[in-house]
Amino acid sequence: MLSLQGVTKRYPGVVANDRLFIDFAAGEVHVLLGENGAGKSTLVALLSGLQTPDQGFILLNGARQVMKNPAQALRHGIGTVYQHSMLVPSLSVAENIALGGAWWRRPDLPGIAARMATICQDIGVTLDPAAIVGTLSLGEQQQVEIIRALLRGSRFLILDEATGMLTPNAAQELGALMRRLAQRGLAVLFITHKLREALAFGDRISVLRHGRLAGQISPERLAGTDHGQISADIVHLMFGSAQSAAGPAPVPAAKAGDSPVLQAIALAVAHAPPIDLAISAGEIFGIAGIDGNGQKQFAEALAGQSPAQGGHILLDGQDLAALTVGERHKKGLRYVTDDRLGEGTIGSFPISLNLLFKNLADRPFWRHGIEQPAPIHAYAEQQVAAFDIRTPSVDTPIGKLSGGNIQKVLLARELSGPARAVIFAKPTNGLDVQNTIATRQRIRAAASGGLAILLISTDLDEILELSHRIAVMAGGRLVGVVENGPDARREVGEMMSGLAE
Amino acid sequence: MSRIVLTAFLPFIAAIILSGLVLWLLGANPVAYYTIVVQRGLFSTGGLQASATHMAAPLLIGASLIVAFRAGIWNLGGDGQFLLAAVVVAAAAPNLAGILPRWATLSLCLALGAAVGAAWSVLPALLKAYQGVNEIITTLMMTFLGVSLANVLVKLVFADPHTTVPQTRTLPVADRLPHVFHTTISSGLLVGVITIILVQLVMARTAFGLKLRMVGASQKAALHAGLPVPRLIFSVFGLSAALAGLAGAVDILGVQGNVRADWNPAYTLTVVPLVFLARLNGFAAIPLMFLFAILSIGGESAARRLGVPNQFTLVVMATLLILLGVSETLDQRRRNGGPG
Repeated sequence: MLSLQGVTKRYPGVVANDRLFIDFAAGEVHVLLGENGAGKSTLVALLSGLQTPDQGFILLNGARQVMKNPAQALRHGIGTVYQHSMLVPSLSVAENIALGGAWWRRPDLPGIAARMATICQDIGVTLDPAAIVGTLSLGEQQQVEIIRALLRGSRFLILDEATGMLTPNAAQELGALMRRLAQRGLAVLFITHKLREALAFGDRISVLRHGRLAGQISPERLAGTDHGQISADIVHLMFGSAQSAAGPAPVPAAKAGDSPVLQAIALAVAHAPPIDLAISAGEIFGIAGIDGNGQKQFAEALAGQSPAQGGHILLDGQDLAALTVGERHKKGLRYVTDDRLGEGTIGSFPISLNLLFKNLADRPFWRHGIEQPAPIHAYAEQQVAAFDIRTPSVDTPIGKLSGGNIQKVLLARELSGPARAVIFAKPTNGLDVQNTIATRQRIRAAASGGLAILLISTDLDEILELSHRIAVMAGGRLVGVVENGPDARREVGEMMSGLAE
Repeated sequence: MSRIVLTAFLPFIAAIILSGLVLWLLGANPVAYYTIVVQRGLFSTGGLQASATHMAAPLLIGASLIVAFRAGIWNLGGDGQFLLAAVVVAAAAPNLAGILPRWATLSLCLALGAAVGAAWSVLPALLKAYQGVNEIITTLMMTFLGVSLANVLVKLVFADPHTTVPQTRTLPVADRLPHVFHTTISSGLLVGVITIILVQLVMARTAFGLKLRMVGASQKAALHAGLPVPRLIFSVFGLSAALAGLAGAVDILGVQGNVRADWNPAYTLTVVPLVFLARLNGFAAIPLMFLFAILSIGGESAARRLGVPNQFTLVVMATLLILLGVSETLDQRRRNGGPG
């Protein structure tokens, strides 16, 4: 029904969609799986007319179509339901459906209600047209959006992370609804990063990785019973195939018997069960897992940015749990955030000051609170040279640098001075190949220098390339720890796909 | 050089011509109006001294706004903070003057004004620092309360029993802020100039100022760097409101001598666009405030002589501000290589 012919979309510095060839058939629920940043959202934007492809084209019922805006996509029968409700909460269901009609005509609410009733009956949902949308559950609101799309004549329905906000039951219902829609001859494209839902609701699964189509699972295979094997395969597709694990062997683990440098004891974060963790000098401890499973909260609790509900954080045996961010930094606990532009730096401030954000008012850069331009400048020059930061000058606003160079500034800030343990959150996210390699070398060098490293990443290849031990985080807890080795990929994969079932 | 002409000089000329056009439509002679403004505001000794004296309060209000705005705190409650401080100082000064030496009265009253101003910001500061309540709304609301409270105080509590109009006791000229050398310029001007320069240096050159600017630029980054953000927000409010209160004290001790009921110069709302034009730079604010003072003082005389409304100064000022804003937008677009 709809097919992508080599569709490519580039943004500055990234290829978001790289020569995609995918066919979507009527009567099929087609699941699109992929990690954050794999290119799912871009693909949705291309299909719903928010973006146009740089190369390649979209075939609709055999004819080449260019969709320049969402209205055109709608006219072609492509309807999109987004994760966050696009309804007006203070209006009734029927009024919401009437929105977008001609402005000079009085909306025909009874007519809409009648047409709604037919469709509702057809697809087996019950909705009151007079109900105020704000009083409906999120699942019901989504049904309203689906009905709105159907009333506008959609034959191709995109559900973008539609289950992301739903309760498990509501997600189950939505899945059943998708199946009924497909039976009525619609093509449904369901975007998710939840493996279990993909297996439960999908006829066909496509996996995106780094903007490319990493692989597909055919309806024949999905119809089979061996879901364990299929989910293992999908994890491979999502996070990298076994063949590409050609990273250098990990550095040998630090001497056993030493007391750990960084230790979390029954550290309670948010509502997750308490976490225990110990990392020794020279060790890189990797935490793998799908994004949004509590990694950020855990890192922030360690760094002191968000409060922990209980437990201890020991650095060289000293409890840091009561200390502030700045005090922990001074003691040697460092945090390289993944939110480089949002919290790691201030774009309009010069590089020289960004390098010193965690040493404010310290000598020799400030004396009695008064800025000393000469030492600040000299220190910045030295760091720029040491960390190979490419910039016209140390006074350049950091926002003008490329992502790789901004990351180098963060590395310079966190690795300098008396560091003892460093938390890296997705350290190579969004970097190009060269900067990725350089950053990983820095991490390895920091470990060889005797620091304890906590590496949090969603890139399994990166974790396998660098870590000595690997844990998987899901739902805010560490579900298991394995030694890195030839079997680690399989073991971590099993932990991850096991969680998915 | 051509950029300065384009972004500052041209709008200035255009504002004069446009306002002149309005004057002409009102039936007044624009050339006569501007001549009187310049003569009375700048080129007569008395006028120049009056202009300089009138700069003091706006300079301090400017300092108050620069501290707040550079830290990303939109304290728009300066008028309430100013007026309450003015009333309390006006009530206290004549009493203190009887028992204390002049220098002690004056320094005590300046401190009192600052303290009253700061006190009037505690509520918005608490709400902002710990509850994230939008300070634009709370400070503006506190201004309504502050202005009303100031009026109540003048009419019911501090009214001078010897006058028929409700006003506070008048501070004798001999007890006011001393003049600068042998002029009639009040030393309030020195307080204003020194304060705004100090504020500029603190914001630009100290670790404390940098912390405030970080909070202003990105609270997330400030938290990441380990700054005590709520405490810093609190001190910004305190500092900014104390400076507004100081402005009130200086205006009473240097110029007004008393507070009449329903008096409210509303400096803050006039000064807000001026500090933005100065790009929140204290040095740049000084000449802008001087220009504003000349227009106010000279404009008052000109209005009286030519029979145009006294508020016409504000028309000239507003036209100038709008044109400066427009030229700046155009300049920005040109530099970004965009249209225009």
